[in-house]
Amino acid sequence: MAKESNFKNMTLTLFTVTLLASASLGFVYSFTKGPIEDAQNAKINNAISLVLPEFDNQPSAESFTRNVDGGVLTFYPAKKDGEPIGMAVQTFTKNGFSGQIDLMVGFLPDGTIHAIEVISHKETPGLGDKMESGKSDFNVQFKGENPKDFKLSVKKDGGDVDAITASTISSRAYCDAVQRAYSAIVKEGGSK
Amino acid sequence: MSQLTNFTKGFIKENPVFVLLLGMCPTLGTTTSAINGLGMGLATTFVLVMANVVIALVKNVIPPKVRIPSYIVIIASFVTMVDLSMAGFLPALHAQLGLFIPLIVVNCIVLGRAEAFASKNSVGASFIDGLGMGLGFAFALTLLGLVRELLGSGKAFGISIYSDTYGMLVFILAPGAFIALGYLTAIMNRLSKK
Repeated sequence: MAKESNFKNMTLTLFTVTLLASASLGFVYSFTKGPIEDAQNAKINNAISLVLPEFDNQPSAESFTRNVDGGVLTFYPAKKDGEPIGMAVQTFTKNGFSGQIDLMVGFLPDGTIHAIEVISHKETPGLGDKMESGKSDFNVQFKGENPKDFKLSVKKDGGDVDAITASTISSRAYCDAVQRAYSAIVKEGGSK
Repeated sequence: MSQLTNFTKGFIKENPVFVLLLGMCPTLGTTTSAINGLGMGLATTFVLVMANVVIALVKNVIPPKVRIPSYIVIIASFVTMVDLSMAGFLPALHAQLGLFIPLIVVNCIVLGRAEAFASKNSVGASFIDGLGMGLGFAFALTLLGLVRELLGSGKAFGISIYSDTYGMLVFILAPGAFIALGYLTAIMNRLSKK
């Protein structure tokens, strides 16, 4: 600290500091890259197996994507003994109370919803986060319903979905995401 | 100042949250539950300790006019390391804390301790200062998170104490953070006056 600042030592110091910082960050990045990817994949694979009936292929290896409404939908086809038994769709909505919500929706070949899991959300703890499975019965009501004759919007808007108390916006967003997945499935010609 | 008072000052006398009122953004934003508060507090502790030690080490070779940019680069590096490590090894907690981890960079406490303490003291004293301040911060965040979680959703560290239908939702939401923080600060002031 006692030294005097001049152009040469200021430049040299900043150069050294930033060089060392970027080198150490590069090292940490190379070291954590694997675990971060593993954690992401584990989350996705776990969600897939939760929303579909039992399958024996690798849905994440056969996945494909479509660009819809300014975002990306990822499809994970599931098969058992070579026969398609359903399709998991990673869908999204940007209408959440606090931004984007990502869901994994499992469809049976006839378009019936098998189950839904929340992948990530930023909704209010204690209110909107009741959309997570296990925190309330909100997501149970979708099980076994075919959106063909189950209107995916909250009852307040004339649909068939019971909204989470005090979380109509989160419930609407949830329906929006599921509807987006269903429309995409129909467009792809069913979950074959 | 003995090393012991140097360490304990962060808890009560100069507690960063309740006395200095520094770092309010993560304090209010992440304390919706005790676990979140603890995770945030420990991440900040790590950054504080590491940044304090490194800055105390290099304080004599950094020219005074570029010390702030140098400190910020050092702090930002440690924050990014914490961010990457948490994403890799504690994905659930990382998803909860989200944006607030990178925001440790702009936490006034970290730069404040670097400028006020580490740049004038030895490595050992800076280490203890960082540890004391960090743990004081973690303690404050955990306490605030615990109060909010208990009043808001009837839980403590995720364990249900009473049914959450009786919880006061306002404590989970942003206004409750201010209310709880105000009362806790008042209680801490009363206790430290004695």
